[in-house]
Amino acid sequence: MATATDSPTTEVGAVQEFTVTLIVRRFNPEIDAEPYWQDFDVQMFSTDRVLDALHKIKWDQDGTLAFRRSCAHGICGSYAMRINGRNRLACKTLIKDLDITKPIYVEAIKGLPLEKDLIVDMEPFFASYREVQPFLQASSKPTKERIQTIEERARFDDTTKCILCAACTSSCPVFWTDGQYFGPAAIVNAHRFIFDSRDDQAQVRLDILNDKEGVWRCRTTFNCTEACPRGIEVTKAIAEVKSAILRGKP
Amino acid sequence: MTTTDVTIDSPRSPHARTRRGINLEKWGWLYMRISGVFLVALIFGHLLVNLVLGEGVSQIDFGFVAGKLADPFWQWYDFFLLWLALIHGANGMRTIINDYVAKPQVRRILHGALLASTGVLLALGTLVIFTFDPCPAGADPALIASFCGDL
Repeated sequence: MATATDSPTTEVGAVQEFTVTLIVRRFNPEIDAEPYWQDFDVQMFSTDRVLDALHKIKWDQDGTLAFRRSCAHGICGSYAMRINGRNRLACKTLIKDLDITKPIYVEAIKGLPLEKDLIVDMEPFFASYREVQPFLQASSKPTKERIQTIEERARFDDTTKCILCAACTSSCPVFWTDGQYFGPAAIVNAHRFIFDSRDDQAQVRLDILNDKEGVWRCRTTFNCTEACPRGIEVTKAIAEVKSAILRGKP
Repeated sequence: MTTTDVTIDSPRSPHARTRRGINLEKWGWLYMRISGVFLVALIFGHLLVNLVLGEGVSQIDFGFVAGKLADPFWQWYDFFLLWLALIHGANGMRTIINDYVAKPQVRRILHGALLASTGVLLALGTLVIFTFDPCPAGADPALIASFCGDL
């Protein structure tokens, strides 16, 4: 049986430790007139995520730092933040993958009303989500299982992955302008039901999105596709809804 | 065991959006794509004929333009170029106004100004294309092109 050898100090794959500066955009509506940037130095390991750095700040340095947290594993959709100018999930972004020689900028997502520190009011986002009727509407009564082929299921597989984190919608320059646009996330969730063979109300959703503030405001800047932490091809899904409206059917 | 017919109501009443006749957004989007394809061909044809073929860029003068506008082919070519490009550009301006102007009143004024200027330019351009006369009869010879005397 092989015996363990003395490991050299710079073992490949070893967990590195480093100090990194986080610059967080703070805002307390009860005190501050304007948001401001505050820096924190934190000791991190190469296995740590931006969320761990925020935890370290909140638990060890400044307990007033406010951010949403739920599952911490990329599913609940609470952690969308603008990290170094790009929308990412703090719970999925490893600090070692960012440039740690420079400070890491963390701020709330844009285009939604800022409530405190990294927390925004998600209600406008969910309002347009609700408006596209994101639930299965089958006209037949549920007397038996609704069979679907593998191909029919694959048609909308990509858009089932959405976790409603708002990273896409809050990266969209059209949504930034006046917030009236439905936004990528609502269209993605409409796509998920429009192309579902078990659903019978595709036409209703297509009519809702064939609107002044609907899919036609999309300028295909691809910010949403780049921002999506789930890798959904958001701009492609929007384009598919556009062509479904032009065809008049899914 | 008996089974009863169960009807589950929709979670909320269907969305009732007021119908407002034809939806211009869809047609505007479609127009941008279709006119864009034609414009690529028209613009490169225009640049090729004016700047590359013949004597190249040095050939462009009043006589060159007058010659082109005397030919019905180039009249209709320029007519389509004018209408497709100007409406394409105006529709682009309209979307920019929609993006950047939040106040309904200002938006209405800018849309009105855009519509008026586009209409005037289209009318003027079309008028010039089809009624252009390089050598108007009875005009002061000092004001018209030198080649008019040869005609």
